[in-house]
Amino acid sequence: MITVILLLFPVAASLFVLAFPPARAKYLALTCSVLELLLAAYAWINAASVGGYQFLVDIPWVSGLGIHFKVGMDGISLLMVLLTALLVPLILLATFRRDIRKPGVFYALILFMQAGLIGVFVSLDAFLFYIAWEAALIPIYFISALWGGENRIKATFKFLIYTITGSFFMLVGIIYLYLQTPGSHTFDITAFYALSLDYQQQVWVFLAFFIAFAIKMPVFPFHTWQPDTYAAAPTAGTMLLAAIMLKMGIYGVIRWILPVVPVAAVDWANVIMVLAIIGLVYASIIAFRQRDIKRVIAYSSIAHVGLIAAGLFTLNVQAMQGAMIQMLSHGINVLGLFFVVDILFDRTGTFDRAALGGVVHRAPVLAVCFMIVLLGSVALPLTNGFVGEFLLLSGLFRYNVIFAGVGGLTIIFSSVYMFRLYKDTMLGGANELTAGFSDIRGSEKALLLIVAALVIVIGVYPGPVLSLTENSVSLLLDQVNAKLMNFELLSDNLLP
Amino acid sequence: MIEKSWLIPLLPFLGFLINGLGRSRISKKTAAVIGSASVLCSFILSVLVFFELQGSAETGVTVKLFEWIRAGSLQIPFSFYVDPLTCVWLLVITGIGFLIHVYSAGYMHADQGFGKFFSYLNLFVFFMLILVMGAGYAIMFIGWEGVGLCSYLLIGFWYKNDAYNDAAKKAFIMNRIGDLGFLLGIFLLIATFGSTDFTEIFPQAAGFQSGDGRLLAITLCLFIGAVGKSAQLPLYTWLPDAMAGPTPVSALIHAATMVTAGVYMVARSNILYALSPVAMTVVAITGLATAIFAALIALTQNDIKKVLAYSTVSQLGYMFLALGVGAFTGAVFHVMTHAFFKALLFLGAGSVIHALHDQQDMRRMGGLKKAMPVTFLTMLLATLAISGIPPFSGFFSKDEILAHAFSRDPLLWVLGFAGALLTAFYMFRMLFLTFWGDFRGTAKEKQGIHESPASMTVPLILLAVLSVVGGFLGIPEVFARQAHLLGGFLAPVFAASQEVLPAMHVPHSTEWILMGISVLGVLVSIGMAWSLYVKKKRVPAEDTVQRSGLVAWSYHKFYVDELYQALIVRPLDALSGFFYRVMDKRFIDGIVNGVGSTILAFSSTLRLLQTGRIGSYLFYMVAGIILIFLLNYLIF
Repeated sequence: MITVILLLFPVAASLFVLAFPPARAKYLALTCSVLELLLAAYAWINAASVGGYQFLVDIPWVSGLGIHFKVGMDGISLLMVLLTALLVPLILLATFRRDIRKPGVFYALILFMQAGLIGVFVSLDAFLFYIAWEAALIPIYFISALWGGENRIKATFKFLIYTITGSFFMLVGIIYLYLQTPGSHTFDITAFYALSLDYQQQVWVFLAFFIAFAIKMPVFPFHTWQPDTYAAAPTAGTMLLAAIMLKMGIYGVIRWILPVVPVAAVDWANVIMVLAIIGLVYASIIAFRQRDIKRVIAYSSIAHVGLIAAGLFTLNVQAMQGAMIQMLSHGINVLGLFFVVDILFDRTGTFDRAALGGVVHRAPVLAVCFMIVLLGSVALPLTNGFVGEFLLLSGLFRYNVIFAGVGGLTIIFSSVYMFRLYKDTMLGGANELTAGFSDIRGSEKALLLIVAALVIVIGVYPGPVLSLTENSVSLLLDQVNAKLMNFELLSDNLLP
Repeated sequence: MIEKSWLIPLLPFLGFLINGLGRSRISKKTAAVIGSASVLCSFILSVLVFFELQGSAETGVTVKLFEWIRAGSLQIPFSFYVDPLTCVWLLVITGIGFLIHVYSAGYMHADQGFGKFFSYLNLFVFFMLILVMGAGYAIMFIGWEGVGLCSYLLIGFWYKNDAYNDAAKKAFIMNRIGDLGFLLGIFLLIATFGSTDFTEIFPQAAGFQSGDGRLLAITLCLFIGAVGKSAQLPLYTWLPDAMAGPTPVSALIHAATMVTAGVYMVARSNILYALSPVAMTVVAITGLATAIFAALIALTQNDIKKVLAYSTVSQLGYMFLALGVGAFTGAVFHVMTHAFFKALLFLGAGSVIHALHDQQDMRRMGGLKKAMPVTFLTMLLATLAISGIPPFSGFFSKDEILAHAFSRDPLLWVLGFAGALLTAFYMFRMLFLTFWGDFRGTAKEKQGIHESPASMTVPLILLAVLSVVGGFLGIPEVFARQAHLLGGFLAPVFAASQEVLPAMHVPHSTEWILMGISVLGVLVSIGMAWSLYVKKKRVPAEDTVQRSGLVAWSYHKFYVDELYQALIVRPLDALSGFFYRVMDKRFIDGIVNGVGSTILAFSSTLRLLQTGRIGSYLFYMVAGIILIFLLNYLIF
């Protein structure tokens, strides 16, 4: 039941916010999102430490077509729900000091998007999953297109083309799988897991799904919508996209590719990993010299996600667990970094790093918080980023030494672009733009202190997060391995 | 006491928190007391640990705190491991650390960021202690990167100066290059031994064949880490730049403690290296090459701190030479004596810089003997120690290294000896230029020259005493029967690798001869420096003067920085622009836009029916689908 509440409460909250006067919208939205966080925490506390789905709800919906309203959470889903529930209030808080046009609609859209995101993470029916997938897209489109900055129309258009293309392929894949299910057909995920497709079928389904997910993450070379959209969207939109929405793609791989078409996934793993690692190096190098500080973070995000994507396909526990905790850490860090960028823009009116500098003199608290988040982002030990990247690289190393060696360049490259960014914005002498810079206070300070605290707490004591997903990850890997074994046995028997 | 050894790093960490959080509310005096007292308490605890360890039969004690990372079969507990090797470092870090904290109270008294400075110093001590106390490579890595961060923060302490910020950034990035090697080494260790804990790895490793490929890969990867952290060829260029930090930082981090972390790591992994002869050779050659290369550069530098920085690089090279020829005890011994005399040299240089109001150019110094007697005398003792004059501490440790090098290959000894000659020359050049002759600065500077306050001179005196007598901890056999106390203390740590390695066998008579030659050579070298800089009163030429030949190469540091700029930094930056403007914007986006405009063209034919806004299409589509299915559900 809790799953349904988690899914529907944001929808209700979104209507609720619309119903009240716009001036109150932000407080209402924040209250609702905190309640949602408490609900998610309640689910976490009550979750048993087993690998399978919990809090299952399965209601027949369109019985003629085999569509069910089937939702539930295993450890992986729960982590994603927690991530969403934790970050949405922070994103709302980030907008507090801004005057937003039509606040009622704006906040209602954010809450509606939260419902879509949670829907993606809890759906156990492919049709429901697809609806949630698209439902999450609508609000972010409007947020970016209506509240965005320069070039918003062009950028969001590009974003749409990319995403709709991906969604289209995924829809074809879903329908294909649906038609393969026995009897009167079903969209139930367990039926998809039970399918035994031959190699050709697996490859086509794999590609159909993967394109959708690769665009969302994004994986090189499907990434060019991302920096433009991040740069054009309002900060809240950028945060939603980078901190939560791209995890839809990663989650999709885990939930809908690996257990459904494992043979194709294993077979294509090398290609995907090479792409992901090329993307990591490529995006890092671009980040070296971006003048626009928002784009530096955007490209750094591509690099970090590249490592996660590569890790997923190693199919070993370490990399998989690393991917889990890194999804959470990346969300927290990228949110913090975009918020710092937003504060800089708010005070100085520019995203140009060359025009900034010397902020630390007037804003020491901001500088310290920025440094902590930055350290998380460059994966210094005892910060959240280290745990994830260490496990990811360690798992990658077991898979292929060269991949780990090249992927490990992120350790060096991230410190190059991040410390360059820090130097150009924070250090040195103050100039005309930054001389009157005021330090963070109120909601800004609260937000950045929470983010900084999370960076350190998760880095020092990652145990609870790791154990949350541990059983589900090993169950998933067992499923995948069993299917792989089965496939090999079958194909051996088929040979003359 | 050992069971409670987690208190040792905790105390400086608390100091960091108090000084860091209460920066604006805590007075300078309180900040200095909190900062220094926390390290002093850690020192006292370390002494207690030392005595307990000496009386105990066990080699080392593991203190488990909590589980840090766990994934599948990999478990990384957050634990400490205290054994004699750790203990030596504990004493050096907290002991010298405390003296430098006291010194800083005097040196930084006028600085605005006084409290911040002490909080950073305490944070550094905390991470350095984690580094040497960690019970496995992963925990060591926490300290390893943590000290790198503190080094970054302290090099760029005066953050208004962009050159300093660049130096700080460079230090962090170059360290990170090494850290990647370290990380890969850790992954190899996990793959080979299934753990990162010393107590799991070393007993297993002892069963490996000498020359095992996996061990070779592990040791080489780890050594890359050591090369970065301990500023060896080719990753040394950050250390001279790191002199941008306040001088106490140079003394503590960039001379006495952090840069010796690489030596600690190799010494800690002694069994792995002992079983990888190729890695040992690589370590020895890298160390020796660095020792000579850096000494050559030091010959012509004119910034007093730069001379000391290159000297540190060079001395670290000797330590790696020692490790590479299997003289693990000798390496640790040299770490210790070097910590004494090099910290003293830096603090003495700081005292001079302080008196001359931030003048660091030796061409603007001279004749400071009379005005600064304590600084002069202590620095003289330290210079004698580093040059290897008996019976000062450096003589014993350097002699031990050279004797081992000789037993491995006489050529190593010859090159090491050559380096020692250079060392004596540039060190006395520095001493003569600073304290002898006439003062060469402005008249105003001359009036202000004064001996430093007691908070600065007392640490100098204490370090001078250690520099003089520190060598008696490791007297070689040829001198006494009760030889090498340090060696006896450390013996259990290196027991396994000593069984593998061939024993050193240099006849006493040969050792006497070698010693005689090296002392004689050093004296000649000092004499040459004396005749040049005291007798002939030679002062190095101004920067604008064109230099030629080997002098130009040395003066321009063999153009290594320029080489790295041209080969790595600039190509990468150019690539950055190329990727962004050509690949992303033209190529990939070109394809996408092509697809996009096709779709647009297609949609314009349908425009009569449509509003043309993709967003609304999408909205209608999904809303329609939802509606259809809702209706379906109601009807069925």
